[in-house]
This record gives sequence, C-alpha cells and structure tokens, in this order.
Amino acid sequence: MTTGWTLFIVILTAINVVGAVWLLWVTSRRSPGEQQPGAETTGHTWDGDLREFNNPLPRWWLWMFYGTVAFAIVYLVLYPGLGSWQGTKGWTQQQQWQEQVDAAEAAAAPVYARFAGMSLAGLGGDADAMRVARNLYANNCAMCHGSDARGAKGFPNLSDGDWLYGGSEETVLATISYGRNGIMPPWGEALGEQGVEEVVAYVLSLSGLQAPADLAAAGKPRFEMFCSSCHGLDGKGMQVLGAPNLSDDVWLYGSDAAEIRYGVVNGRNNQMPAQLELLGEQKVRLLAAYILSLAPPYVEPDPAPVPSGDEPAAETPHEG
Amino acid sequence: MERVETYNDKVVRQFAIMTVVWGIVGMLVGVIIAAQLLWPALNFDVPWLTYSRLRPLHTNAVIFAFGGSALFASSYYIVQRTCHTRLFSDGLAAFTFWGWQLIIVLAAVTLPLGITTSKEYAELEWPIDLLIAVVWVVYAIVFLGTLAKRKVRHIYVANWFFAAYIITIAVLHIGNSAAVPVSLTKSYSVYAGTVDAMVQWWYGHNAVGFFLTAGFLGMMYYFVPKQAGRPVYSYRLSVVHFWALVAIYMWAGPHHLHYTTLPDWAQTLGMVFSVMLVAPSWGGMINGIMTLSGAWHKLRTDPILKFMIVSLSFYGMSTFEGPMMSIKTVNALSHYTDWTIGHVHSGALGWVAMISIGCMYALIPRLYGRKEMYSSRLIDVHFWTTTIGIVLYVASMWIAGVMQGLMWRATNPDGTLTYTFVESLAATYPYYAVRLLGGLLVLSGMFIMIYNVWKTVASGSSTRDVPVMAPAAA
Repeated sequence: MTTGWTLFIVILTAINVVGAVWLLWVTSRRSPGEQQPGAETTGHTWDGDLREFNNPLPRWWLWMFYGTVAFAIVYLVLYPGLGSWQGTKGWTQQQQWQEQVDAAEAAAAPVYARFAGMSLAGLGGDADAMRVARNLYANNCAMCHGSDARGAKGFPNLSDGDWLYGGSEETVLATISYGRNGIMPPWGEALGEQGVEEVVAYVLSLSGLQAPADLAAAGKPRFEMFCSSCHGLDGKGMQVLGAPNLSDDVWLYGSDAAEIRYGVVNGRNNQMPAQLELLGEQKVRLLAAYILSLAPPYVEPDPAPVPSGDEPAAETPHEG
Repeated sequence: MERVETYNDKVVRQFAIMTVVWGIVGMLVGVIIAAQLLWPALNFDVPWLTYSRLRPLHTNAVIFAFGGSALFASSYYIVQRTCHTRLFSDGLAAFTFWGWQLIIVLAAVTLPLGITTSKEYAELEWPIDLLIAVVWVVYAIVFLGTLAKRKVRHIYVANWFFAAYIITIAVLHIGNSAAVPVSLTKSYSVYAGTVDAMVQWWYGHNAVGFFLTAGFLGMMYYFVPKQAGRPVYSYRLSVVHFWALVAIYMWAGPHHLHYTTLPDWAQTLGMVFSVMLVAPSWGGMINGIMTLSGAWHKLRTDPILKFMIVSLSFYGMSTFEGPMMSIKTVNALSHYTDWTIGHVHSGALGWVAMISIGCMYALIPRLYGRKEMYSSRLIDVHFWTTTIGIVLYVASMWIAGVMQGLMWRATNPDGTLTYTFVESLAATYPYYAVRLLGGLLVLSGMFIMIYNVWKTVASGSSTRDVPVMAPAAA
C-alpha cells in the first residue's frame, strides 16, 4: 500500500476516534451556571408538551465508551489496521490459518504414520485405516457421491462394481489423484431431429428398455457411425475414455428417454476434481482402499474386441 | 376569511395503514420460508415459491415495505408536529406514497420471478433502483423542505435522526446499486470481486445502521416521551450518541467479511469501530428507557409503553451482541451460522417491529380523531404474543447457531471433521421448528393488530384536518 493511502486511512481513523473522544469530553463537563441535573428542561418545547431534560451522561456509560476507544487504539497498535502498519504482533490471517493447519497436521501425523507403506489391500483389511478413510470420505467425497457412496445424478455410484474408468487399484488411485473430465460432445446438429430420435431409441434398446423397434433399427447404423468410436460397436463403452457402457442397467444421468435425448443433443461435461494436491498421497491411498472395499472385487474386463470393419458387432443381446 | 393551516395527515394515514398491511405480508412470507426449512417440499416444485426467491421477498417486504412505510408515516407526522408547520409539498408527499407502493409491488413481482442483482438487501434490478432513487430524493425534498420552513428555531432530536437516515440511505443506495444494464431485467454491478463485497457490506451494514436504527430512533424520540408524558432524559446524551452513531456506523461494514479475501487492515478497522459502537447505540436505549423514570407505573397499564420499552431492551441487547459478534474470534464461531439469523431478528423483530407496532398504536388513533385504539386489551394480547414469539425465535437460533459453529469446527484425532454438513443440518431441525412457532406467534399478533386497527378506523373515526399548533412562546 502506498504511503498516500496509508496516510488517508490513518487520518480518517484518527479524525473519527479523536472526534468521538472530544465530543465525549466536551459534553460530559458541566458548564458553569448550569442548572441542577433533572431539575429543569432545556427550555425548548415542541408540539405542546415535548421537552428535554439535560441530565449528565451516565458515568458507567461514559467510561464504557472511553474503554472501547482505548481497546480500539491498543488493538490498532497490536494488529494490522492502519493502512500498511503491520501491527506489533505481526499477525496476518494467512499466517493464523497456516499455523492452525500445521498444528492440526502435526497432531494427526501419528495416526497416519502407521499406514505408511501398507498396500491398498492391507489398508482395506485394517479396521483403523478404514475408520480414518470413512472420515476422509465423509469430508471430501460424500457431498457428491453421497454418504453411502451410491452417488446421485451425474455422480457415479462407487459401490456397485461398475466402473467408468476401471476399478483396478492403479486406476482408482489415478482417478482420485488427478481427477477425471468426462466429456461427451453434442450430436444434436449432426444427427438432426429424426436422427436423434432414432439413436435414442437404439440406445434404449441396447439395455432392453422399451423403444419403438423401427426407430431403434434405423438408429443402429447411426450409432455405429457417430457413437461407436467411444461407446464401442456393441455399446459396451470404453474405460480408457470413461465412455459408459450403454448396454447395462447403470445410468449416470438416468435412463428415461428425455435424459438420453438431452445427452445426445447437448453432450455432457462432467468433472471429478483432483485430490492429490489437496490431500496428499497417504490420504488418497486410504480413500482408494476405502472405495475398493465398498465395491465387489474387481475383475479386469476382456480386452475390447478389435472391430475388423467387415463384421458388425457380434452381439446386441437386448435389441428390439 | 383566512384559511387555517392544517397538518397533512392524509399521507401519514396512508403509510400507517400500509405499515400494518405490509407487516402481515412480509411476516407471512417469513413464516412460509421458515416452514420450508423444516419441510422443503413446501415449495411444491414451483420455481417462484422456492426458498431462494421468497427469502429476498421476505427481507425486502419487512425492511422496506413494513419498516419503510412505518418510517415514512412517522417521519411525516413527527416533522410536521415538531416543526409546527404543514409538509413542504402535498403533491410530492403523495408522489412518495404511490411511488413507494409501486416499488414494493414491483419487488413482489420481480423477486419471485428470479429477477435479482443477487446483492443482499439490494436485490432489485436497475429500473426499480432508479425509481427508488427518484422517490427517495423526493422524500428528502419533502422532509428537509419541511424542516427548512419550521416555525421553531431548535430542531427536535427526532428530526436529526430522520434527516441523517434519509440523506445516508440516498448515498448508500445510489453508491451500491451502480450497475451496467444489459437488458431491462439484468445488470452487472460496476464493482467486482472483493471490492464488490466491500461496497455491498458498506451498504448492507449501514442499511442496518441508518434505515433500521437511526430512522427508528427518530420514531422513538417522539413517541416514547409523548406516550410517557415525560421529557426526554438527556439532551446532551442525544447530542453525543447521535454524532457518535452516525460517524462510527460508517466503518462497521467489513465485519461481515472477516477471514475472507478482504485485506486484514480493513477487517480490523471494521471490527474496532464495531466495538466502539456499543456505547453510541446504548445512548439511544438509555435516553429512551430513562425517559420513563418517574413514570414507571405507567408500564403496568399502558401496553403501548410496554411495546416501546421492550423494543428498547431488545435494541440494547442486539447492539451489544452485534459488536461482540464482530470480534474476529467470536465471528470465527458465529459466522455463517443461524446465530446471525437470531441476531438479525433480535434487532429486526425485537427492536424495529416492536417500536413500529408501539408507535402505530399511538399514532393511528390520533390520525382518525380518536383518543385511543379500539381495544387496549387486544394491544396487550398482541404485546405478549409478539414478545413470546420473538424470545422463542431468538433463543432457538442462538442455540442452533452455537451448535452449528461447534459442530463445524469439531475434528477427529485423524484431522478430519467430525460432522458432515448434513449432520449439522439434521441437528438443527428441532430449532427450526421452535423458530417457526415463534414466527407464527409474531404473525398472529399482526392479525390481532389489523383487526384492532380496522375496528378503530371503522367506528366513528374522523379524518378532519387538524390545524397546526402554534409554537410555544419561548
């Protein structure tokens, strides 16, 4: 802050504080020849009967006022307030915050020391570790994924064994550490109105949901042209991209036609924030172990079939 | 024959009646949103009934419609009586009445539609802001013009407070509402980021200090000595606490932004000036309550005085509580909790509403040529329902707020928070229920009031013009 601004602040503050003290001092003195307090009014009358006594300022009130002024002056010497004056205590809110964070982390360090070097499986089998992990989950994850980890619209269910990006230890650690950005581009303009209806019908049919057969049949080639590069020819998704499996009964945004249509037309943009920088590696590992403990054991999926080009997807079991 | 000069009581009557009407509307919306916090389904999935849209409607209705009408009515009445002259201009006074009512109606339409600047207590969009500015400037002309043509030399203390409130609110409103319009219903503030927050709370806290405090002190300084039949306790106390109040309030805004991106120095100044506000605020309470010394027995029989004295007690309580909450260490616990809501209602219901109700009970019979209200018994019933309601409201929010603050800062040995936010919300439910009950009691009191006012006005009242009283020979 420039000296000019500091002076501006100091002078305005001083005028106000000194002015208050001067006002108090002047009005608390009784001028010579003044009438006895309470005996008579100031002599003015308004509206027939409105008059004023001129009682002295109550002593306790006067000293309370002086006391708060003294408090203010002392405080402004000790703490930053008068422009660039740092205060004799050198206090800042950032520093106060940092001290509290450091103290809290130092106090909690022994709790985490025991978990260092443990495998995720080991952490998952350790009751203490899971108690801590559940607290971490409640603080950092529950607001989106729910306190029971069953998710909500747009926030994946973490307990059902269905994984958008894969459920191996490395993948879950990467997801928590660095976050995810799941993007589906909008297809409304490319598909046109009729095309959207057809693709929606086909997507519904992939998981055996009710859809007009003719529309679904017309949607199949469109799906293969526009959607299969991410969701696969069979609609079973692609974990590398986080593209959801469309043939099961797990729906991130809901399975009704309107939701699917919204996604096809406008696309989706979903974000899981990165946690590593906020929490550090130890806490991320605890969270990964906790989340893996909630879901059924993970089985690595078969390698995705490589489409040969001349052969359509082998099976679309629920079609129709 | 020479025409006798009379008081303009028509505009006072209009504002006085609308005070009661808007009081009911504003408090009803308050009760609805209190119920929604308990039963969220009460918004019926209708966008314009959601909490987020009704809450600003509630605050605008009680502060600017109910409180504003009470201030217009009492300031117009008092300035004429204590200046011994008619209002400066009947036409301009009528303009302020119809202009102010139009603003309220526009607020009641636009806020539920979701048209908002999102600035707290300044949510109305720019066309309405412009209208407010015009009406307010005209209000200043009428009030200060009347003051200028007064027939007595000394300006009565009530008018100091009214003048300060009118001038300051004009500055605050115009300063904070400065915005760049992009359409009829949307504008962007000319301030950005932390500066925007600071300007907003410079406005916000001074709206409390000047609209909800100085204005109502003006009301108090006329009606308390009138009702008690006693002179004001101390002229010199009036002088000190008036100047100290208007000078120091200006600095208090930053205490709304403790532990934020606002620089430390601004937070500190906001805090120390807030602490220095205790005494100037209490000066008003002392002057009001001590005016009754020598007439304490009247409290037994006069429910209007009860309203006034209890309101001054609430004023003293909340102006002690406020400075305490502005201390950083206390604020670290109280900020963002329902304690703040309790504090606001201790001031807004306990002080502002109770002093307004008391003054309206004193004023309305005079405006209709009657000695007193239709039923003194009903005023007493109203007094007790309101007092009990406010105590339930404030106490439940105190407990809820301190509980929330403690739950939010509780930590486990592993450094995590003991409670999730939802757990603190679930723990607050019983207190929300008590608060709703308190609000219902206050609202039911307002229905008793409107019945009493109706009977007073309907039975043999007169709205004949009252001649201006000659100033006392002095």
